[in-house]
Amino acid sequence: MSMPYYVAPEQMMKDRADFARKGIARGRSLVAMQFADGIAIVAENPSHTLRKISEIYDRIAFAGVGKYNEFDQLRVLGVRSADLKGYQFSRQDVDARSLANQYAQMIGQTFTHEVKPLEVEILIAELGATSDKDQLFHIMYDGTVLDEQRFIVIGGDADSIRTKIETGFTPNLSLKESAQLAITALSSDDRKLTAHDLEVAVLQRNGARRCFKRISDQSLEDLLK
Amino acid sequence: MILPVFPSDQDPGSNFGELLKRVGLSPFEQFADVSKLEIPHATTCVAVKCSDGVVMAGDRRATSGNLISHRSMEKVVQADEFSGVAIAGAAGPAMEMVKLFQLQIEHYEKVEGQPLSLEGKANQLSMFVRNNLPAAMQGLMVVPIFAGFDEVSQGGRLWDYDATGGRYEELDFVATGSGQLHAATVLRVGWRKNLTTAEAVHLVSQSLWEASDADSATGGPDILRGIYPVVATITKDGFQRVSDNDLEVVFDQITAGVKQR
Repeated sequence: MSMPYYVAPEQMMKDRADFARKGIARGRSLVAMQFADGIAIVAENPSHTLRKISEIYDRIAFAGVGKYNEFDQLRVLGVRSADLKGYQFSRQDVDARSLANQYAQMIGQTFTHEVKPLEVEILIAELGATSDKDQLFHIMYDGTVLDEQRFIVIGGDADSIRTKIETGFTPNLSLKESAQLAITALSSDDRKLTAHDLEVAVLQRNGARRCFKRISDQSLEDLLK
Repeated sequence: MILPVFPSDQDPGSNFGELLKRVGLSPFEQFADVSKLEIPHATTCVAVKCSDGVVMAGDRRATSGNLISHRSMEKVVQADEFSGVAIAGAAGPAMEMVKLFQLQIEHYEKVEGQPLSLEGKANQLSMFVRNNLPAAMQGLMVVPIFAGFDEVSQGGRLWDYDATGGRYEELDFVATGSGQLHAATVLRVGWRKNLTTAEAVHLVSQSLWEASDADSATGGPDILRGIYPVVATITKDGFQRVSDNDLEVVFDQITAGVKQR
């Protein structure tokens, strides 16, 4: 006969949060920040095929840290949701805030109802018509949504990286300057990163419909020379 | 709205059409018989291969029976950076098909992380045409042309289709729609290997002129309102529409030629 057992809800939530945090801390962090021409996203990523940063819609980008298969599934759901909404209504009706709320709902639901919470944190960035209309959303493993200004850091070591970005950040950095700032912040004393360790993409305010652009390894190396 | 999550055996993958079916938004539903209704039809479109890629063109007229329902319809549209699609047939389903095709290409690219090959896109369009077959049987036929610059072979390629989704790659040129016969004859006589882009633009314009001269459903250049056919070049620089100012010069030459006959 199975024994009935009781776990206090506080304990259960704490255990789940600890579990998710541990999973996320095993991966590398990433940074998104506003720069002169839009929003730059810089991730530490040893893989050159399994992407952390990707395009969701014309002006919306996605980035995830933690377990790859989990955030990649979330990415695909985001693309679907955005494309469906754009098809059903109009391209200009697709927005990051609504998408962030959908993600929060799903991640939060998984956190409280499923056996295992998702070990991911995600970032949704939307490029506005002007820089003051840019939106950056940070969605945590338990579904908490944070609306942040200027820059976002997600991942295990976020606090120390955030402090380093805070000291070097000024509005209207060039792409080169913001990539350098991100490299410095993502590096630690015993681990210096180079262009080869990074994945970089931008949402660029250039008048084109699709603003998302990946910076190839080669052009990143040239940029950082 | 909530995120569209599906059990793994019903997951649509990178197929946008399947996704629409799953959420009940698919436009490919059984139509009632509309063959007795006067609905707008779009007509003549052509595409030719040239040394730098392909040139596509379509007239601007849509007709309902013997009435002109639109004078400025755009039947040649960009599918993605290096390809375009041109449509003839029932205007409503045709425009819907183009919209869906553009979305499918982009959806695939985003979900899979890399674009479909040119041949993959041609195949995909063939599936859309086949899905439209029940509607075609009831009077809503759509017959597209697909053309693009193939980054693998570094040259232009073009395809035409039949109502059942049959897909035929053509070597030189294609024409579709009610003015097809006249346009194709002009292309057949005027086409030769290694046309320059400018010569190809002239040839497609000439073919639409002759089609509009002989077929009442094909519109010629509307000089009064400044409406010219849509002509687009697709080369290694991507899809580019030829400006109305340039087309005005081309059609001036054509009409000058006709006067001297």
